[in-house]
Amino acid sequence: MSGARATTGRGTATRDPYRLGHRSDDRQPLAEHAERDAASKRIIVGYGFWVFLLSDIIVFSAFFATYAVLVNATDNGPSGHDLFDVGNTAIETACLLASSFTCGIASIGAQTRRSFLFYGGMAVTFALGATFIGLELHEFVGLVDQGYGPSRSAFLSGFFALVGLHGVHVSLGLLWLLTMMAQVWAKGYRPDILRRMLCFSLFWHALDIVWVALFTVVYLLGVVA
Amino acid sequence: MSDVARRLQRHHADTAPGDARLEGEESDGLGTYLIGFALAAALTVVSFLVARTTLVWQPSIPVALCVLAVAQMGVHLVFFLHINTGPEGVNNIMALAFGVLIVFLVVGGSLWIMDHMNNTMVPMDQIMRMQR
Repeated sequence: MSGARATTGRGTATRDPYRLGHRSDDRQPLAEHAERDAASKRIIVGYGFWVFLLSDIIVFSAFFATYAVLVNATDNGPSGHDLFDVGNTAIETACLLASSFTCGIASIGAQTRRSFLFYGGMAVTFALGATFIGLELHEFVGLVDQGYGPSRSAFLSGFFALVGLHGVHVSLGLLWLLTMMAQVWAKGYRPDILRRMLCFSLFWHALDIVWVALFTVVYLLGVVA
Repeated sequence: MSDVARRLQRHHADTAPGDARLEGEESDGLGTYLIGFALAAALTVVSFLVARTTLVWQPSIPVALCVLAVAQMGVHLVFFLHINTGPEGVNNIMALAFGVLIVFLVVGGSLWIMDHMNNTMVPMDQIMRMQR
């Protein structure tokens, strides 16, 4: 009975009001069909990438849990209070936050096909992201030079794993950013390129959210404790 | 498309996460990013000030930092990722809620279990003595 209802278009609409995965919509006249089709593809791609980002955040949560469990296992070595430089972290945070904003400007530029906004926003985003990575590498090299590398204590293993994982994400994001600029330059603002741009901006904003948790849990709480 | 038709469509459709509005609606959403940037910057500055200040009761500082971080993550979600509670964003919110549940299980569960194991473990010097 209910199975028979679900096979009709109307029945599907009431059971699945948001129609995820349903490309066609029998309530729309045929003339608007193509337009609806393009719109729903963007929604499906965005939703799928959103689910990927949430699973990526779950990966980060495992690293956060590891760090939080090991934060006091310093093996008579230095703790975060002795090692962390809050000024450096503040500059890194400013870079990443500003890059999130300029990435938003770049995606507005892509949506409205204003090349100055798109290329300008992407270039500034790249510069800020590269500055962030440079500062982080500088911090890592300084710690290892002092003899406080990841093998010094369980606390430092957890620290390098967590902050390093975020750094690897940002580095891959920078690579993706350059790829997006090249694709728009070579192929123009095609719908499939714009969908990739949507995914890239989601990725970049999600990295900034992870960094908010990271600078609070690792650096600020480490200095306070 | 007439105004009424657009409002009707809005009611029956989704938006992708990261999209401020449905396609075809004209507004570039720069204002949203500006508000988000201002709020996020303010929360970040307050976080760094709170971490260094000696003016507040010291044990309250970790709690304040966590609250500020959660608030800032909310600002990022709403203003940068455009996750909202409107009828067109229900799928995004449901996925987010599930993700947050798993994050709490992983982090909270790990801390809880490992704390208990730490408390019930025989101290290291006693283990050494027992082995002798």
